[in-house]
Amino acid sequence: MMHYIIRRFLYAVPLLMAVNVLTFVLFFVVNSPDDMARMQLGQKRVTEQAIQNWKHQHGYDLPLLWNGEQAGGKHLTETIFYQKSVNLFLFDFGISDSGRNIGSDIRQRMWPSLALALPSLLVGLLVNISLALLLVLFRNSYLELGGSVLCVALMSVSLLFYIIGGQFFIGKLMKLVPISGYDSGLASIKFLILPVIIGVVAGIGSGARWYRTFFLEEVEKDYVRTARAKGLSETQVLFKHVLKNAMIPILTGVVVVLPLLFMGSLIMESFFSIPGLGSYTIDAINRQDFSIVRSMVFLGSVLYIAGLLLTDISYTLVDPRVRLS
Amino acid sequence: MYSSFAERPKHLDPAVAYTSDEYGFIGQIYEPPLQYHYLKRPYQLQPLTAASLPKVIYLNKEGRPLPDTASEQEIAYSEYLIDIKPGIRYQPHPALAWEASGGYLYHHLDAKTLSRIDTLADLPSQGTRELKAEDYVYQIKRLAYPKIQSPIAELMAGYIDGFAEFAQQTAKIDIAELKNQTMRGVEALSNHQYRIRIKGKYPQFQYWLAMPFFAPMPWEADAFYAQPGLKNKNITLDWFPVGTGPYWLEENNPNRRMVLSKNPNYHADIYPTEGDPGDREAGWLEDAGKPLPFVDKVVYTLEKETIPYWAKFLQGYYDASGIASDSFDQAVQFSGSGDPQLTPMMQEKDIQLQTSVSTSIFYMGFNMLDPLVGGDSEQARKLRQAISIAVDYEEYIAIFTNGRGVAAQGALPPGIFGYQEGQPGINPVVYDWNNGKPQRKPIAAAKHLMAEAGYPDGIDPKTGEALLLYFDTTAVGTDDRALMNWYRKQFEKLGIQLVIRGTDYNRFQEKMRSGAEQIFIWGWNADYPDPENFFFLLYGPNSKVRQGGENAGNYANPEFDKLFEEMRNIDNGPERLEIIARMQDIIRRDSPWLFGYYPKDFALFHAWYKNLKPARMIVNRLKYSRIDPVLREQKRQQWNQAEFWPLWLIAAALGAAVYPAMRAYMRRRRETQA
Repeated sequence: MMHYIIRRFLYAVPLLMAVNVLTFVLFFVVNSPDDMARMQLGQKRVTEQAIQNWKHQHGYDLPLLWNGEQAGGKHLTETIFYQKSVNLFLFDFGISDSGRNIGSDIRQRMWPSLALALPSLLVGLLVNISLALLLVLFRNSYLELGGSVLCVALMSVSLLFYIIGGQFFIGKLMKLVPISGYDSGLASIKFLILPVIIGVVAGIGSGARWYRTFFLEEVEKDYVRTARAKGLSETQVLFKHVLKNAMIPILTGVVVVLPLLFMGSLIMESFFSIPGLGSYTIDAINRQDFSIVRSMVFLGSVLYIAGLLLTDISYTLVDPRVRLS
Repeated sequence: MYSSFAERPKHLDPAVAYTSDEYGFIGQIYEPPLQYHYLKRPYQLQPLTAASLPKVIYLNKEGRPLPDTASEQEIAYSEYLIDIKPGIRYQPHPALAWEASGGYLYHHLDAKTLSRIDTLADLPSQGTRELKAEDYVYQIKRLAYPKIQSPIAELMAGYIDGFAEFAQQTAKIDIAELKNQTMRGVEALSNHQYRIRIKGKYPQFQYWLAMPFFAPMPWEADAFYAQPGLKNKNITLDWFPVGTGPYWLEENNPNRRMVLSKNPNYHADIYPTEGDPGDREAGWLEDAGKPLPFVDKVVYTLEKETIPYWAKFLQGYYDASGIASDSFDQAVQFSGSGDPQLTPMMQEKDIQLQTSVSTSIFYMGFNMLDPLVGGDSEQARKLRQAISIAVDYEEYIAIFTNGRGVAAQGALPPGIFGYQEGQPGINPVVYDWNNGKPQRKPIAAAKHLMAEAGYPDGIDPKTGEALLLYFDTTAVGTDDRALMNWYRKQFEKLGIQLVIRGTDYNRFQEKMRSGAEQIFIWGWNADYPDPENFFFLLYGPNSKVRQGGENAGNYANPEFDKLFEEMRNIDNGPERLEIIARMQDIIRRDSPWLFGYYPKDFALFHAWYKNLKPARMIVNRLKYSRIDPVLREQKRQQWNQAEFWPLWLIAAALGAAVYPAMRAYMRRRRETQA
């Protein structure tokens, strides 16, 4: 398995380079270094000289991908792409275009993202699996029909509606928790309750229906029939046999998103003023801060690749028939 | 006090910061030599750290003093002599901490110490020292230092003697060397006096002395923050200021929260004892003569969305709020006479409403280099005048700004010297004076002008079809469609077909720089309360295309330019007023802008918030604010009692839904087992 993991890491290098090139090209198709300088310098009294100075200080006065004025390897190395990209592979994210250390900001902001995403994932899993099992337990009854219709209705509503509605009813009318905000340590719990509830409720529709299909697929299999023939009750069949076997696709689906939890949620963090990496990325895009954008895209790619690798490994752990080679 | 910020400020270095959200912080931390009187209007300059207003001496080319009455041609230099008050001390800061054995404690941090530091608070010792005139001189050097990239560096290079040369001479040096370099026109004469020499006469310079750009900076701050290990931890002067002001930045986590706390070393400062008529009745003189600041701590929380901010304001967790469009109807209604009033819900909470016209302008500009709408021809002028009448800004204000604006009659908003109220102040090209108020001319008058311009009924004689004009804008979202349709309809009144050229911000800026636009929307927020700061937007040598200046429409009229050069150098008085009136007449006739509107600020604040007088120009107003914390706590308790009954209701509904199913399941199970 070690060989497999090493091979996957080696495959990741060209993939990350391609992602980096793509990010670079897409960013600079839309923005020029002059645009970036203007965005950073503001709108009042910005002169051409000030723009040139900014570009020089931030290393954006070099050619983008190919420096025709240099010789040898410097054709490639004396370019914005090389200067801004090479250190990423050492996880040195450098200084943002607004002058802050990106690595330091990421280290600070990943914890609030995780504090929101991890409980949302765990509670969501628990709720969705429980509801899916209930729907299967009450299959062919009015509860399943009503539950399915409710799930479709829940799926059809925009996340923004849940957020604004949740803030209005739970935060503003019922005044049970703060509407938005964040604090450090345990004090953050009261601020996380509402976004976690909203995240879970917003995911019930799709989650419960998704897991229900796994369980329905399992309940028709021979081993389930055998279990019933042994005289086990329906709840014993569902919770002891069906759940265990249906957990394989569920777990592998969860493992792939685990690393990405660090990356945060763009909308939730913004509406609840949670200082995570999701809002960090959105702010950077709005400010045309290329240094942060490329760092976050790179980090996201690395984490996604790591997630896929973990998924493969988790297959071998939950299903002994699978062997990595 | 509780407030918020929607986006972290980009800069807190007074040499670089230039936006209102940045000034919201550094205005409380740094102290330039002058400030505006908090209560008197029009705005009046008064000393802050200076002992008195600067003494201005005019010099001829040989450097010999001239009388105050000297002509502009005679004046080669103006010297500003500024005395600062003795005994003012900086906030406690590690950069100023001294070792017992002498020398600065933290100016040479080793790797071991650096590894233990995450924020500035991790350095236990803090020091202070007295403010010196040299600190003001050092800050002016910082403005010129190319690596700092001050946005006003090029502007000041045109005014401060020796500034440009200093910038060249320091381009390659390290910032640690900056204090040892000399700038010809700026000099500390003693510990409490310094001199700035300006080229020629520039009376507006005194306003710059009230802006944070000219606040003092101890050289020790740059020496301390220049240590590379600190920069890697985001501990920089741009994030952790060092000032003498009423507050210091106790906590700076721009990702979540910023906290200003009272500066324990703040010098003696009192609330104004006199103001405008009506200020006493408004309660703005209740604290007259009391020591400042009143508030101990101000907590700014990151709040990106307006909806939660508004909800928290209503709950009493924020002390004041603007009014977003989403919540406008909830907060404000208009009386029969058109006056804004609070809704009953706001009145019930004892929330106060304050409105004031800001010293800003939003205008629709014509590119005067455009062959169709630009230029000095009578045809183009009449076309612009016709459009000025047709685009109904009163309607725009009512529909798109919830009445938060005043239709502009010229380039100068209220509160700026030269603004005239009533009939003498109207734009006679666009308005008539009827029944004691300006009334927009009928559309027939505009059509008549169109015919005189050679476009009868809006028909372009060259094509025989409707005249096509192009409007460049960044308003490309779905929310902007109604506005764009409105603009089209305004032009359709004249038979003109308006083509909307939507583009992103970068491309729009590019078009403006190259003069590729035809019609555009632009705005200006005053730096200082002087007509020069508005008329320079129309001054020919400030053309955006030709000089990269702020004259976005590239308007150039020799007569206007000549009057501008006269006006900017004379003191406020009847002579200046007359010149301003002539300048207004010229631009009203030429109509390079549709003057658009002056935005009106609507501010809401709770009953416990005191001393809030509208003062957009004043950046250090926090020190005058007072909070009644007892009333706030009482109201918060009253307004925020949790309601649990909906939870029980939901639980009961769930139970009612599940109970029959559970019974059916149990029955089936019993039957199966039987």
